[in-house]
This record gives sequence, structure tokens and C-alpha cells, in this order.
Amino acid sequence: MPTTAPAAQDPAQDSARDPETGPAHGLHGLHALADVTASDSTLRRFLHGLPGVDTVGLEARAASLGTRSIKTTAKAYALDLAISMVDLTTLEGADTPGKVRALGAKAVRPDPTDRTAPAAAAVCVYPDMVPTAKAAVAGSAVQVASVATAFPAGRASRAVKLADVQEAVAAGADEVDMVIDRGAFLAGHYLKVYDEITAVREVCGTSARLKVIFETGELSTYDNIRRASWLGMLAGADFIKTSTGKVAVNATPANTLLMLEAVRDFRAQTGVQVGVKPAGGIRTAKDAVKFLVLVNETAGEDWLDNHWFRFGASSLLNDLLMQRQKLATGRYSGPDYVTVD
Amino acid sequence: MSDARLSVFKTYKLYVGGKFPRSESGRVYEVTDAKGKWLANAPLSSRKDARDAVVAARKAFGGWSGATAYNRGQILYRIAEMLEGRRDQYVAEVADAEGLSKPKAAAQVDAAIDRWVWYAGWTDKIAQVVGGGNPVAGPFFNLSTPEPTGVVAVLAPQKSSFLGLVSVIAPVIATGNTAVVIASEKSPLPALSLGEVLATSDLPGGVVNILSGRTAEIAAPLAAHQDVNAIDLTGADETLAKELEIAAADNLKRVLRPHPVDGTDWSATPGTDRMTAFLETKTVWHPTGALGASGSSY
Repeated sequence: MPTTAPAAQDPAQDSARDPETGPAHGLHGLHALADVTASDSTLRRFLHGLPGVDTVGLEARAASLGTRSIKTTAKAYALDLAISMVDLTTLEGADTPGKVRALGAKAVRPDPTDRTAPAAAAVCVYPDMVPTAKAAVAGSAVQVASVATAFPAGRASRAVKLADVQEAVAAGADEVDMVIDRGAFLAGHYLKVYDEITAVREVCGTSARLKVIFETGELSTYDNIRRASWLGMLAGADFIKTSTGKVAVNATPANTLLMLEAVRDFRAQTGVQVGVKPAGGIRTAKDAVKFLVLVNETAGEDWLDNHWFRFGASSLLNDLLMQRQKLATGRYSGPDYVTVD
Repeated sequence: MSDARLSVFKTYKLYVGGKFPRSESGRVYEVTDAKGKWLANAPLSSRKDARDAVVAARKAFGGWSGATAYNRGQILYRIAEMLEGRRDQYVAEVADAEGLSKPKAAAQVDAAIDRWVWYAGWTDKIAQVVGGGNPVAGPFFNLSTPEPTGVVAVLAPQKSSFLGLVSVIAPVIATGNTAVVIASEKSPLPALSLGEVLATSDLPGGVVNILSGRTAEIAAPLAAHQDVNAIDLTGADETLAKELEIAAADNLKRVLRPHPVDGTDWSATPGTDRMTAFLETKTVWHPTGALGASGSSY
């Protein structure tokens, strides 16, 4: 896709000295980028040196990939895959331990009437709910993800943010979803954002995977989303995530496509694979399948796994289950046959 | 200068969720009058149109069933008012569809308008007829009220394209249900035009959804649909009705299967049967508190 992926090779020309850079040369690739983060000015030069995004081309490609018709066995596979990728999320001020337990039970066994339905990938909760969530999913493969760093605004001192992460990790969170400081990013203090991510990365250590939320709806431009993606990956994110789900514009096919291009290029250059998590606004099985098409056509099959791609959603799971029931029984299902969350 | 004008043909469309979409399938079929002359192309709905209509009907159910009976009556009466204004159009369409003379078609349309008025009056009275206080041996008020069933799939009569249609839709929505209606297969045009009247009568979008096409093709997924609460088999022949009834049994739908099939005299006063078919009785036991020496503490 040379016309729609302008970033494919260009960043490599900046700094990668070895044109053969690939998975086998992972460390070498990252080393090549080490000087990029040496100072605020080198980092800015690198991020602003990333090729500009062709807005029209990006949106057109995202739209055209959304027209694929996925039917019968492929649809069954896609639905099961999507269910296994759901980070079942509840991030409300009104969350109660009971609600978190119900969510945990649902993640472990989304469709109690059909034991062949796969489990969800994770439950995503606020840090103080991590112990409750941990207990609810104990004994299953379902992970517990915790948002942190003063989610969703991220407006707190670094000490407070790190304490937030510390608490989540200590409570046993398997994954930490941090928000970046959008204010600093938009003001151009890239190194500050970078340092913050690396600091959080250190606190997570080896016990928790780190997802970095950019809040794409607040970054204004596609160029900024591309820059944020590279910044996050350079700082050691295991996942880059679109949104908190708390603003007007959340995950869209276009911004997810852009991030998928970024992780593909990052692996090609450094050998390090990074996951992607669109979150917020994905409510129907049809939308979810469109995102899976984007993944397959952009990043490739390696990302078609819940270790590398997730959906941050809550109501999506019900629609996936209803479509799954329709496929299994041949009759349209209804909201009476899934849980009310 | 010639005074011959080019004819302006009408594009008949479905009525789903308060909007007028074409069939998702893009298909149409030719509709002819009683003598076989082409009248128009009508959308040939697919099962996906049926699915979308159910989603729209489900979405509208909360608001419509929660509206006061008085308000529903006003809206039904408003439909009659709107129909009155477009009487000539319906007379022409019914005359074409059923091969009737103008006066006979006019009588059908008048009866249909009167039927809306009749059912409009029933909305806030049916509860008194089929509900009320029950005498019980205990210190309780015991009240039964009729509640709407939910989303009702309605197979409109095949022969009576307008009076019959109104006679099956009005009782369903008068009591607070929402409807997915499959118009008469041979003569769907009066039904599709009815959508235009419903859209301008303060009736919330999605309360009535009208589909045209092959009855058997659309009815099958509706009968099996887990989110449809009841089905009216008026427009189905013996074989189809049996099939649909079996499919509907799987999720315990309420089924109305009139006998004889399509032999109903639609001009007769209908009675309350079609309303009560899609009502469920809710009974509430309310304690009256301690009984004083005088019998009641009230």
C-alpha cells in the first residue's frame, strides 16, 4: 500500500543505519533510535520529521476496508476472535464491587448458555477495584487491567500519577492503562511526556503490561496521532490505545488505521511488536469486524490475537454475543438473551 | 404547445423507524392492479429489512407503551384526521388494488378512517374492561391491569388492502405495542402510502414499521426472531401459518391465528379481541395495612 502508508520506510531513513532491520535485529533497531530521545530537541526533530498524514487518503482507505463482506465461517471466526479481544470495561464513578464482580463473571463466561463462546481478554477497572476484579476472575485466563495516572484527565503531579500506578500494580493488575499528559504533548514538551511514560514503565516492571492512552479526540490532527504513537512506542509502551471513552470522539477506523500503520512500521524498524487498542464508541459486531479487517490488512496476521489487539468496550460484547447466537441458531437474537450491564 | 404532461411516478418505499428507506437488498417487484396492469414497483424486502424493523420497533416500545393511554388515543385520532385529508388518494389506490368501483372503494376508505377513530376511543377504556380490582380474602388491594406485550409482527390480510390493514394495525398500537407490519403481497401500495400518513401524525418513529415483499420470505425470520414478542398470522395461508406457528413456539411468542384464514368480514364492528390478544395481565397485591376495630384503617 505505498500510496496510503507514507510512513512505511521514511522514519527509517532518519536513523536506522541497517536497511535489513527486521525482527531479528530488534535490539539493534532500538539502539538506532536511542539518540532520538537524548534531548527535547532531538525528540522534537524526530517526531516532526515523521511524514505528514494524507488525511483524505487515510480516511478513504479506512472507509474502503470497511466495505468488506465477512460471512459464514469467516464471520464466525471473526466474532469469536473479537469476543476474545474485548477488554470489558467499567469506568464510572458509580462502580460498585457488585458491578465489578458481575463484569468479571461475564468476562470469564460471556455466554453461559453456550460453553463454546470464548472468554473476554480482560476486565478494565479503576485501581481501587483491582482486588475485587482479581478475585472475580481468579482461576481463569482473563486479565485485570487498571487505568491509572489520574485517568481520564491525567492532570496531576507525576508523584501522584506514579503512586496511582504503584497501587494498581501492587493490587495485582496484569495491565496498566495510563493516559498521557495531553497538555504537555500539545504544548510541544515531548520529552516530558516521554519521561513520564518511561517512569510509569519502570513502576510496571515486568509484572504488568503498559497500555498508553493518547486520547486521540483531543490531539486534533492525524499528524499528532502519528507523533504520539511513535513517542509512546519509543518510551516502551506494550500497547498504544486510542481513547479513554470519556470524550466526544473516540476510536474511529481512521485513527486506528493510523496507529496500526505506526506499530507495523515500528516493528519493521526495531523488531519490537506493540499492540493496539481502540477504545470507546465501538458498539456493534459489524464495527468490530471492520476493525479486524483493518488489523489484518494493515499490521497483518501477527496482530490478530488478543495479545496484540484489544477492543476497549462494554456494550460491544452483548452485540457480539447476539450475532454469535444468530449464527449458531439461525434466528435473530434479542437483548432479552444477554445480560443487562 | 401541447398540454400533455409527463406523468410523475411515485417511488413507493418502506416505512421503518420513522424513515422511508428502500429495501436493504435493493430489490423491487412489480405491483399490478386487479386486471394485471402495472401500477408501480414496490420494495421487495429481505430478512435484513425485517431485522432492522424489529430493532426500530424495540427502540420505540419504551416511549410508546409508557405514553398515557389518553395521549395514544389522541395520536390515533390524529391519524384518522390526516387520512381524511388524503381520502381521494386512498380511494384511487384501493380501487386499483382491489378492482373496486370508486363508490365501493370510497366506502372501504371511510370505514378504515372510522376504524382509527373507533380504536382511538378504546385506548383509555380497554383497561377498565379487561382490568380492575379483584376481590381477595386478605388485607390487600388486588389490582389487575393489562400491559402491552411488546413488539408484534403483523401479517396484514392479503385481500383487504386498506380496511383490513387498518383493522390489524390499529388494535396492536392502541394498547401500546409496537408493530412490524408485512403488507399484502399483491397490493402493498395502500399500506406503503399509509406510512406517509403515520409519519405526519405525531406517531413516534418505529411504532409502526411497514414492509412490502413476499410474505413468506419476511415472515419466517420474524416468527423465529427472539426479540419479537407476538405474531398475528392474519395474512398467512394454512401451510404458512402452521410453519410460522411452529417457529414462533420456540420462544413462546403470543400467536393470533384467526379462523377462517382471510375470510374475515372487515366491515363488521371488530370487538375487543384483537386488542386483548396482545395484552398481558399484570396483577399487583398491595397491602392495606393493619385492619382496625372498625374493619379498615382507611
